[in-house]
Order: sequence, then structure tokens, then C-alpha cells
Amino acid sequence: MQLDEFFVTGEPLIYGGMVSIVLVTSAIIFLLTYLKRWGWLWREWLTTVDHKKIGIMYILSALAMLFRGGVDALMMRVQLAFPNMNFLNSQHYNEIFTTHGTVMIIFMAMPFLVGLMNIIVPLQIGARDFAFPFVNAVSFWSFFFGAMLFNISFVIGGSPDAGWTSYTPLAGAALSPGPGQNFYLMGLQLAGIGTLATGINLMVTILKMRAPGMKMFDMPIFTWSTLVTSFIIIFAFPILTVALALLTIDRIFGSQFFTLTGEGMPMMWANLFWMWGHPEVYIVILPAFGIFSEIIATFARKQLFGYKAMVWSMILIAGLSFLVWVHHFFTMGAGALVNSVFSVSTMLIAVPTGVKIFNWLATLYKSRIQMTTAMMWSLAFIPSFVIGGVTGVMLGMAAADYQFHNSYFLIAHFHYVLIAGTVFACFAGLVYWYPKMFGHKLNERIGKHSFWWFLIGFHVCFFPQYFVGLDGMPRRVFAILPEWMPLNVISTVGAFGMGVGFVIFVYNIYYSYRYSKREEKGDAWDGRTLEWATPTPVPFYNFATLPEINGRDAFLSMKKNNETTFDEERLEPIHMPSNTGQPIIMMAILAFASFALVFEWIGLAVIGLIGTLIMMGIRSFDYDDGYHVEVDEIKKIERSARGL
Amino acid sequence: MSTHELKTGPLEYRTQEGQMSILGFWIFLGAEVVLFSTLFATYAVLFGRTADAPVPADLFEPGITLVMTFLLLTSSFTCGLAIHQMRAGSLKGLITWLVITLGLGLGFLGFEIYEFIHYAHEGATLQSSSFWSAFFVLAGTHGVHVTLGIGWAVLLIIQLVKRGLTPVTSRKVFVISLYWHFLDVIWIFIFTSVYLIGMVV
Ligand code: HEM
Ligand SMILES: [Cu+2]
Repeated sequence: MQLDEFFVTGEPLIYGGMVSIVLVTSAIIFLLTYLKRWGWLWREWLTTVDHKKIGIMYILSALAMLFRGGVDALMMRVQLAFPNMNFLNSQHYNEIFTTHGTVMIIFMAMPFLVGLMNIIVPLQIGARDFAFPFVNAVSFWSFFFGAMLFNISFVIGGSPDAGWTSYTPLAGAALSPGPGQNFYLMGLQLAGIGTLATGINLMVTILKMRAPGMKMFDMPIFTWSTLVTSFIIIFAFPILTVALALLTIDRIFGSQFFTLTGEGMPMMWANLFWMWGHPEVYIVILPAFGIFSEIIATFARKQLFGYKAMVWSMILIAGLSFLVWVHHFFTMGAGALVNSVFSVSTMLIAVPTGVKIFNWLATLYKSRIQMTTAMMWSLAFIPSFVIGGVTGVMLGMAAADYQFHNSYFLIAHFHYVLIAGTVFACFAGLVYWYPKMFGHKLNERIGKHSFWWFLIGFHVCFFPQYFVGLDGMPRRVFAILPEWMPLNVISTVGAFGMGVGFVIFVYNIYYSYRYSKREEKGDAWDGRTLEWATPTPVPFYNFATLPEINGRDAFLSMKKNNETTFDEERLEPIHMPSNTGQPIIMMAILAFASFALVFEWIGLAVIGLIGTLIMMGIRSFDYDDGYHVEVDEIKKIERSARGL
Repeated sequence: MSTHELKTGPLEYRTQEGQMSILGFWIFLGAEVVLFSTLFATYAVLFGRTADAPVPADLFEPGITLVMTFLLLTSSFTCGLAIHQMRAGSLKGLITWLVITLGLGLGFLGFEIYEFIHYAHEGATLQSSSFWSAFFVLAGTHGVHVTLGIGWAVLLIIQLVKRGLTPVTSRKVFVISLYWHFLDVIWIFIFTSVYLIGMVV
């Protein structure tokens, strides 16, 4: 293979990308060397199995991915506002909408939420870590390398260009030769392993490691949403695993699942993809519901209204989410009966979703609302998400969907649910739990600036898209008709508004790091749930002791009874897992194998796979079962953290 | 992460780690059920799409698949005996039955490889049609699982020899026994819905 086949050439924007990758990488290497931080990086972060640190790494990576996906988005918007400028050609445009969608859903939304779950769920249920801390580290690194593999495609080998849905036969070997589509397949497969493992890990953690006395229906609602999400992950992700594997085998080893030859069946892909894909959209929205519920209860200073209805509606949504996938291809010839059935099941989902909306409103009703930044994100979510949901029901009417399908109306729908739902929740959750994670709050004034820019930008960007969609503008086009121009220009303006909001958000992280008052107590917002019972910074073992829990809002009653998580009488040595470099090494080798497979270098891929198996063997023989933190040390840590 | 260890009950369930690992593995098996269901569904949808390749009724033979079924079912039984020995505290019995189990598993694999090569000679390969793609991937995924299970069990036998029966080793053996029985169940579905139906349709 020639070097110029390996690297992508001839595109100034991509040369720019290459240069910035090289510059940023060398800057990082230089800084680490200059500040003598390599050892620190390895010991404290790369080998950690601590759920809080892993969560922070998830969130940092997700923010980086949000930046990458956001740049893609702005490039598309520039192209659509100035279609005659030849900013992006058709091929480049195809690549960018593909990477934008994939990055945002797989490498931004999910990891961001998983990061928050990592940090918060063990704290909310009074656990010392995940059930399987080693596996948790493996999960993170599989996501991380999967993301890197996918992201590198635009400079090495060429990006995938068949959309995030990667429909066959377009995505098959005949119509999309070359490594691009393989990057999609291997990147998602690698990250998917980690997601499945995280699902199992969280489920066992929640089922088995709750504080003494905490019943299922005492759990904080975010933990509930995590449990339900894990359930969806466990039953949906294997479908994606199979779909990706089959397409990979089609492309690399010449099988005929989705081909036009050998009696293959391209529609199979659409079915398999959406049997995973629709549950996937609920994987990214249910945790968001959980986050908003926590924030609304905290800042309305009331117990969450209809806790049980909230839980049951999530369970119902999870079940229904597996029964609606056909609504993504009503127009592809399923027939009237099938379409009607799936139309009804689709609309049914709106019922439990509506129940949740009313419960949030009832929680707010007659309460004394504290207008913090986190609360503002949550309040903005409710009406914005309702717009997304109502237009979803419109799309769910099969007959009407023949008009809406694959138009900008659809684009507006899913951005209203995904941004107003998931992205707002990520921001809200980060702001809300930030003091727990980093020991200081994010600045509220700057936070509100970023909120308003982002919120207004969001509506200016996506509301017009409903109308330009009804006017017939299809999705995934790089050139447009003159009558669609005005609304597209407005959209682009809004998109840049969101960009400004994001930049302010990131600036706020820096500003608050420099200037925010440090937290002295762990309870930054006068919280209700157990995560606020720990001191700040959270000791690595989380809880020195725990009182017997009875009832919801455990920390609220602890405060009433003057109880803390530090009862000197009851201290016992704490057992903790040791750090290990095995997860990162194992996944790096697997990433190497995946990279080789992308270029169809079978020999190298086999070597990588054997290497991974050897690493698993080494793990099997590793009987290191951690160490104990002695009572004296716990006393010292707790006393200094609590200022005793 | 409690350090408390129960004094009674099966060894593998005495620590909280042990209980959690076993529960985690059950959930993993749930995910595996979804994985194989997806492959079965794919196979069912693509059934009969043989294009120019031979049809399954021409190739599938009762003899060899019956032998394979017999080998794997027996291995599931011997695997159960192994766990029985483990519960009775006999390391030697455990290892003996595990080795027999693996022998049967290897026999199964040998026949499967022979069968695949035979089909390929008759003109039915992964590439020849969507039906055969689905067949080879479904049966092959099961075969790969069996192979990994054998490799994994070998590692565990070495650990048993080195460390004897402890809460950790017995947990590991118990988990792999679950895995092995699971593969047996999957095979029963392959035997009936792939081979038996394929022979008569
Ligand atoms: C009331 C609830 C909802 C209903 C009734 C609904 C309905 C629909 C329908 C019918 C489509 C297909 C339209 C077409 O292709 O023509 C669709 C697409 C989509 N929806 Fe929803 N939806 C709902 C909620 C959500 C939520 C909560 C999310 C994510 C957080 C979401 C994300 C998506 C995405 C990503 C697509 C399009 C994917 C693509 O084609 O690229 N939806 N929705
Ligand atoms: Cu859907």
C-alpha cells in the first residue's frame, strides 16, 4: 500500500486537521515530559480502577467528542448557508454527516451519561465501587480506543460516508469499497463491547451493592433510570454486535447477508440496525430523565412527585422501546398491516412519557424554585422536549410519515429530543454534580450565559427545520433549492449560537478552576440523596461507614438524625482493589487488531487477537485481590476532609 | 466489597465477590441468548436463499450431526458430574471429569471442522449464498464459543492444580460450567431448527 493511499490527501480542510492533530499531540507530550507528569498520568489515571476517576475520563472524552461532532455540525451548517461557495463537496459532505451522527450518539451521548453513572450511582446507593472495577476499566478503554479508531478515519484511510445508519447495500463492499466503512464497523464494535460490559456491571452493582436497608423502591431515581438503561443495553447491544459482525464478514470475507448477489437481503440490515437503534435512543434518554428528576426535586425543594409512577413509566418505556423499530422505515414496503401495528406501538410510548412530564410539573407546582444553572437546564428541557415528542407522534402516523420521512422535519424531531433531552441533561448533570467531582462549583453567572446562548441557539437552529422539512427539503443533501435558503441561513445562525454556548461552558470550567470558592462540606446544594453525604473531595473508598437506610431521600433523614458517613465506633478496615495496567494494555492490543482489520491486513489482525487472548489469560492467572485500608488511615482521611 | 466469608453453603457462593460474579455471568448469558437469537432469526429469514449452491437437504446428514449432539450432550452431563465432585470437595474427581468434558468437546469440534470442510468441497461456502452465510456464521459462532470454552477450561485446570479448591477457583469452575451448559442448550436449538428442519425441507 502506498503512503498516499494510507493518508487522506488533496483536501485542505483535512490537511488542517492533520496539522492540528500533530500539534496537539506534540504539545501534550511536551507538557507531560516537561512537567515530569508521565508517572503521575500512569499511576493516577491510566491504571486506575476507581469509578470516580473512570467517570471523569469518560466525561472528558465525551466533551472532546462533543467538540469534534460540533465542528462537523458547523461545517455542514456553513455549507448549507452558502451552498455555492463550494466549502464542502458532495463526498466530503457525506463523510461529515456520517461522522457527526455516529460520534454524537455513540461517542458523545452514551459515554457522557455512562460517565455520570460511573461517578454517581455507587455514591447514590452507598457502595464503595462497581461490582467489577477491573471490568469497568476495560469498558472505559474499549470505548476510548473505539472512539480513537473511528475518529482517526478522516486522516487515515478516509471516513465512512453511508450515514450513521450505514444502510446496505450502499454500505456493502460493492458500493463502498475501501477502509471507510470498516472504520465505522470496527469502531462501533470495539466501543460496543465496553457498553455491554458496563450494562452488566451496573446492573450487578445496583442489585447487589446497595447500602444496608435500601430497598429497590428506596433507590434514588437516577439509579433507577440507570438500572432500566442497563436492562435495555443488555438486551439491545448484542443485536448491534451481530449486525456489525455480519456486515464486517460481508465486507471482508465475502459473505452474502446484505448483498444484492447470492440472494442476500439488504433490508435485513435496516431491521437489525433499528432493533438495536430504537432501544438505543432510549438508552440515551432514560438516564437524562433520571438526571432531570434529581435536579428538579433538589431545587424545587420537594420530594419527587409520583416516584413510583416515574419508575413504572421507565420500565414500560424500556419494554415498548423494543416493539417499535419498524417506524424508522414505514416507507420501505412493509405493508399496511405491519405499518399500522408499529404505528400504534409507537404512539403508545408517548403515554408513559407524558406521565413523566406531568410528574415533573407536579413536583414544581407550588414549590419554591431555586433558579440555579442546573435547574434552568432542567426547566428548559420540559417544553423543548415536549415539542420533540409531539412531532415524534406525528412521525409515528405511518401514512403521514410518507411525507415527513427523511426530510428536515425528521431531523428537527430527533434533535429536539436528543439535544433538549440528552445534551441538556449532560450539561445539567455535570453542573449539578460538579462540586462532588471537583470540589468546587461552576460559576453560576457564566453558566447562565452559556445556558441562554445554547438554548436560544438551539431553538433558532432547529425550529425552522420543521418548516423547511414540511416544504420538502430532504436530509443528507449538500445543495439546496433557493426557496429553502432563508430558513437555512437562520438555522446556521442558531447553530453558531450553540457553538458560542459550548465555548462559554468550557471556558467556565477553566474560570471556575481558577476562581471558584472551594467546597468545605460535601453537601453543595443541600441535597437529598446519599452522594451528598460524602465529604468533598470524596475519599477513594467513598464511605467510611453507613447508617441503616430506611426510606427514600436517605441523606435528608440522615441530616435530620444528625448522622454522617463517619461513625468512629463502627470503623472497620476497608477492602479495595489494586490499580492495574492490564485493561489499557488489553484494549490497546485489541484496538491494534481492529485497526488491522479495517485495512484488511488479516495476518496482523490475527496477531492482535492472539495478543488480546494472551492478556485475558494473564488476567485469569492474576490473583491479586487488592489491599486493606486500615482504621487509623480512614480516621485520618475523614477527619481532615471533615475539618474535625 | 465485604471481606466477610460465610462458613457454610457451596464454596463459590461464600464471598460477596463470588455471588456477584455468578450473578454477573448469568446476566452475561442473558446477553448471549439475545446474540444467538439474532443469529437464529437471521438464519430463519435467509432460509432457502441458496442461490446456485446446493440446498441443505442435499448436504445435511443425520449420522454426523447425531454423533456431534451425542458428544456435546454427554459433555454437559460430565460437566455436571465435575461440579458434583467439586461440591463433594474432591479435587481429583473434579479435574478428572473436567478433562473428560474437554475431550468430548474436542471431539465435537473435530466433527464440526470436518463437516464444514466437507460442505465446502460440495460447493457450499460462506460466500456461496446468503443461506450458507447464515448457516456458517450461526454454527461457526457456536463452534468458536466451544473453542474459547476449551481454552478457558484448560487455564482453570492449571489453576486448580496450583491452588486447589478455594472460593475463587470454585467460583471460576462453576461459572465455566454454566457457560458449558449454555452452549449445550444452544446446540440443541441448532440441531433441531437448523439440521433437522434442513434435512426435511
Ligand atoms: C414520544 C416519543 C417518540 C416518538 C413517537 C418518536 C417517533 C419517531 C419516528 C416515527 C421516527 C422515524 C421517522 C422517519 O424516519 O420518518 C423517529 C426518528 C428518530 N427518533 Fe424519535 N420518537 C420519539 C422519541 C424519541 C427520543 C426520546 C429520541 C432520542 C432521544 C428519539 C430519537 C430519534 C432519532 C435519532 C430518529 C431518527 C434516526 C435517523 O433516521 O437517523 N426519538 N422517531
Ligand atoms: Cu425509533
